[in-house]
Amino acid sequence: MVQFAQSRFDASFAALSDATRRGVLEQLGRSDASITDLAEKFHMTLTGMKKHVGVLERAGLVITEKVGRVRTCKLGLCRLEEEGAWIERYRQLWGERFDELDNVVEELKRKEKVDGRKKRK
Amino acid sequence: MDAKRESEPTRMKNRTTVERKSERELVVTRTFNGPARIVFEAWTKPELFKRWWVPKSMGMSLRSCEMDVRVGGKYRLEFEPDGIAFFGTYLEVTPHSRLVWTNEEGEGGPVTSVTFEEKGGKTLLVLHELYPSKEALDAAGTGAADAMGETFAQLDELLVTLGASMQRS
Repeated sequence: MVQFAQSRFDASFAALSDATRRGVLEQLGRSDASITDLAEKFHMTLTGMKKHVGVLERAGLVITEKVGRVRTCKLGLCRLEEEGAWIERYRQLWGERFDELDNVVEELKRKEKVDGRKKRK
Repeated sequence: MDAKRESEPTRMKNRTTVERKSERELVVTRTFNGPARIVFEAWTKPELFKRWWVPKSMGMSLRSCEMDVRVGGKYRLEFEPDGIAFFGTYLEVTPHSRLVWTNEEGEGGPVTSVTFEEKGGKTLLVLHELYPSKEALDAAGTGAADAMGETFAQLDELLVTLGASMQRS
């Protein structure tokens, strides 16, 4: 989990290390935009903008969707936070189960002691 | 990938750890202060299993619990009050050391393996869930998160209803 999270962090920080990409995120925070729009706004070639969007996409910060010939970009959810939260809930569920199971185990141990080494059903 | 949360048993309750081992796998570990045969028994006898499987915080209980613990045998758990059922088939049954079963109640259910490893009178339990795809695991996760959201939404509704009826009376 920690390492898994680590690689996501790395991807996010790498994505955010570039001024243009930060600008793109800011832009998408205001409204969705096509790659062509973004390229124009940032005075870049289409290919250059595609690369930047690709980096943001891999970091999960941006999602893109192709409709017809236009690829629209929008802000991605912060998946990392989402995942951390549900894994923690999952851990709590198992933690509670296993604390109960401790009681059952204790009881069976006591019973075995009392029964000596007699047969168990 | 051996980086994971602490799993050292403490003097009080032993720690439960969860790790997302890969895009398709979740691994839960826990140590129990008893021999493997006892822990195994608690997983395979319905009357024992029923006592710990449903934590009190879930606000539900098991209406029925049928387990035919042998290779190819079926299990079925039904909850009350809403009758939700979980069911599947045992794929491997090795007394006191390993259990494997399917989860067939929905699309994308994992295959669950549990191993019981005894050491010095204690048992290290490792539960491993392998999902058919990354998407299936993600969906199970967000499903759980959504269910939580739903619970709160229902509570909100209930509070609004109660509030309204109190104003009326």
